[in-house]
Amino acid sequence: MSIHQKTIAELAQGLKDKEYSSVEITQHYLDRIKQSDLNAFITVTDELAMSQAQAADDKIAAGTNNILTGIPYAHKDIFCTQGVKTSAGSKMLDNFISPYDASVSHQLNQADTVMLGKANMDEFAMGSSNENSFYGAVKNPWNTDKIPGGSSGGSAAAVAGGLSCFATGTDTGGSIRQPASLCGITGLKPTYGRVSRYGMIAYASSLDQAGPMTKTAQDAAIVLNAMAGFDEKDSTSAEQDVPDYTAHLNNSIQGLTIGLPKEFFSEGLDDGVATEVMNAVKEFESMGATVKEISLPNSAYAIPTYYIVAPCECSSNLSRLDGVRYGYRCDSPENLEDLYLRSRSEGFGAEVKRRIMIGAYALSAGYYDAYYLKAQKTRHLISDDFKKAFDEVDVIMGPVSPTTAFDLGSVKDPVSMYLADIYTLSANLAGLPGMSIPAGFSNKLPVGLQLIGNYWSESKLLNIAHQFQQQTDWHQQMPQED
Amino acid sequence: MEWETVIGLEIHAQLSTKSKIFSSASTQFGQAPNSQACAVDLGLPGVLPVLNVEAVNKAIKFGLAVNAHINQRNIFDRKNYFYPDLPKGYQISQMDLPIVGKGEIEISVGEMTKVVGVTRAHLEEDAGKSVHDMFNEFSAIDLNRAGTPLLEIVSEPDMRSAKEAVAYAKKIHALVQYIDICDGNMQEGSFRCDANVSIRPMGQTELGTRAELKNINSFKFLERAINLEVERQQDILEEGGSVVQETRLYDAVKHETRSMRSKEEANDYRYFPDPDLLPVEISDELLDSIKADLPELPVQKKARFVTDLGLNEYDADVLTSQKSLADYFETMLDGNEKNAKLCANWVMGELSASLNKNQLDIENSPISANDLSQLIARIGDDTISGKIAKDVFKAMWDGEGSADEIIKSKGLKQVTDMGAIEAIIDEIIANNAPQVEQFKSGNEKILGFFVGQAMKASQGKANPKLLNQLLREKLS
Amino acid sequence: MSLSEQQVTQIAYLARLSLSDDELQDNTKDLNAILGLAEELGAIETDNIEPMAHPLHMTQRLRKDVVTEGDQSDLFQSIAPKTGNKHYLVPTVIE
Repeated sequence: MSIHQKTIAELAQGLKDKEYSSVEITQHYLDRIKQSDLNAFITVTDELAMSQAQAADDKIAAGTNNILTGIPYAHKDIFCTQGVKTSAGSKMLDNFISPYDASVSHQLNQADTVMLGKANMDEFAMGSSNENSFYGAVKNPWNTDKIPGGSSGGSAAAVAGGLSCFATGTDTGGSIRQPASLCGITGLKPTYGRVSRYGMIAYASSLDQAGPMTKTAQDAAIVLNAMAGFDEKDSTSAEQDVPDYTAHLNNSIQGLTIGLPKEFFSEGLDDGVATEVMNAVKEFESMGATVKEISLPNSAYAIPTYYIVAPCECSSNLSRLDGVRYGYRCDSPENLEDLYLRSRSEGFGAEVKRRIMIGAYALSAGYYDAYYLKAQKTRHLISDDFKKAFDEVDVIMGPVSPTTAFDLGSVKDPVSMYLADIYTLSANLAGLPGMSIPAGFSNKLPVGLQLIGNYWSESKLLNIAHQFQQQTDWHQQMPQED
Repeated sequence: MEWETVIGLEIHAQLSTKSKIFSSASTQFGQAPNSQACAVDLGLPGVLPVLNVEAVNKAIKFGLAVNAHINQRNIFDRKNYFYPDLPKGYQISQMDLPIVGKGEIEISVGEMTKVVGVTRAHLEEDAGKSVHDMFNEFSAIDLNRAGTPLLEIVSEPDMRSAKEAVAYAKKIHALVQYIDICDGNMQEGSFRCDANVSIRPMGQTELGTRAELKNINSFKFLERAINLEVERQQDILEEGGSVVQETRLYDAVKHETRSMRSKEEANDYRYFPDPDLLPVEISDELLDSIKADLPELPVQKKARFVTDLGLNEYDADVLTSQKSLADYFETMLDGNEKNAKLCANWVMGELSASLNKNQLDIENSPISANDLSQLIARIGDDTISGKIAKDVFKAMWDGEGSADEIIKSKGLKQVTDMGAIEAIIDEIIANNAPQVEQFKSGNEKILGFFVGQAMKASQGKANPKLLNQLLREKLS
Repeated sequence: MSLSEQQVTQIAYLARLSLSDDELQDNTKDLNAILGLAEELGAIETDNIEPMAHPLHMTQRLRKDVVTEGDQSDLFQSIAPKTGNKHYLVPTVIE
């Protein structure tokens, strides 16, 4: 097995056994990135990576290493990295060399990981196809005519395409789970508040959550161990103990009750996707789980609710990008007004502007109650649906995305694009943890199975996913290379 | 037509915390530009606010001091607008659920006292500063002040004159210093007033259209700006026009207010709950402990001065009008309580006059409270007369030493030796036979002549009481 | 409810964005389509429902009043578009 086919656990074993060094692994990945045409990276940090790899090798030699020491990863370009360009996929921050580290960046550095570079993404994490990046679209490693999903499209393509061992992602409305699904990897969006948002460029603050994107559930557990935890710099970070997420991977799932929301299997769901998802559910049944149909009656309103709440928050969050203290400033502004208008109009892409305007409108005098407040109330209803559901079931399963990866450039109008998020948005609105795990193929493209758990049930989700991956080999498939 | 003025004030008090309201940068005034603007204050991408416990505690203190309802669950909102000194493009403030709800405070103008309602007080972050005269083509932005905690104290429109508005502002100004939540420094902008001013025909109950006056940095300017605005509105209304609701900037140099309508245009602040901050919950325990630690408030101190020290209402009010003044007075009382009234007279008279003349604050008085107290003690124990005391005071002011030292070195101790005074009187009686005759024939007024002569002869040191007594004896 | 191009221009200005004629047309269409989605929410009965601003029922944690941030202005200003005399510079603001 080639280095880039190995999981974190396997690479760590090889490093321990001196089969190869971190410098060798890192060079292997850097070479692959150089040859790749997936456009998965915005910035490749070769020099930094090699020096981190060298430092990791020293630690391994000294015996002061941990399981992530020397493991190369792709860091979504939404996390601030000191001294390294942090663009969030936007022209607005094309010249932004972050003067500080995000808490997640710091934690991964503390774990001795090797950062290969900053992964491509939809501008400010707004998008479901990674076509909204200032740095160009990312291609799906399974079929380069297809989108990889978004917004963490670069991260998903990097892992699926063997350009990094794992990646970080962020998920505001499905941005970890959907690209993970479309690229055939494992992605976990933890409970809101589990991973610090400090230094993670905000899209919609009450929905954003960072998580791991990996080859396997076991790897996701290993990375989450490093990413999770209370952070005093983030008021919304939970003061909740971090368990060892690898500790319960091998628990039996005998007696597990799976809820299948009937609303997740209604019209709009592609037949091929439905088939693979149901096959996966059957696999769980054969492992001793029982299945129950449930209802999340308000989940139909997740799209309008989300596309009010998220734009409202983002319209305000992105106001700081004004060309005054950092980032893009237009050429020779005539006056202050001109500075604001041109810097922002030239610096932001079309989708970002659209969402900023929706938010500005929904919060404006006279419309606040009808849009923002109304959406905050339906958000409550959507959240309550899950509360009721988890009285009856241990985990909710369903599709991640209604279709497999679609053609680059094929979806043009924003509303059709938003519909692709229909199954992922509710978990963000409620703040619940969710996963996507590889569950089969339809038309030679990966299909993901979504797992939604109760609050703080990451260990349980990882256990369920790991058990599935002990019985199936979908997660071991890799795209063919020329 | 007779008009009634209606004024409400919005006071921004910077809370005297060490660090900012949402970041751990220093709030110190007067540092190098932008040296105290950290990543959070600059609104770098990805940064997040965390609330300072002291800002919360100080806001609660204020609420308790004006007898207000404390909202034990309160929310931070974002007020969205673009301005170069507002780094995030929004100000974190409190809109629907402020930390302090309805309260009240009593003010006095001359003999009249009235209660002014405090509508609410909420926590928010200050903006940075724009400097417009440093460069020709640029405004320069210093963000050191950005993120300094502010308590915005909003009054009811209960004031009916500029004088009342000033009295209210001074009362709040004194209060925030008493309870140690704000240094009250108006020059440095720690305490700022905006005034909402409207007028209406006397007797009308509904409010007229108001203008908001900004940029007022002294009580004197507050009074002037309000009077100016009242005149302006009267002129408009009497000419049949109507007042426009707008923000007006007071220019102290030109003594005028001018419209900032451009800034108001299309202002839609789009308030919504800040998703980076969670609801603040204040426990009963915290409330009780802050209540227990509250210092004596001005109103309580004033009552005590009247009841325990026998001061009159007016004196007690003046002495408690500023914390520094009250502190000075109370230091003087230490061991000198029986002379309280005398202490009050000297602080409000001689000392205040000298401070005013030299434009000094009481904190910078060249005569310390203990030293002045010693001087008062010497009047009290008849060592010197009140008249001589004024000379001693002047010498103390000029740094010639303590009261006792000056009395001693200048030999100002009163002559209380009967024999010495008798000798002086005898001489005066012998040399002024005609005046003695006048006295004997019933001219009581002439006694003053003898007192004057005797004082002159004793260089003012003769004990006046003794002198009077002996003179009467000798003359009759 | 349908947004006119004039309203979209106003909204854009509120967010300090300017739109070309083409962008204005496209955005008017798109914004109306998106708001059309939002109209669906009108069908839900929410009279007695509390608005939910945060996914978790946590309360604000309070930070100790301690200064830990030093002067990093040189670093921060090294990425600024325009500075002078340690200030951030913008075209003159008329008040």
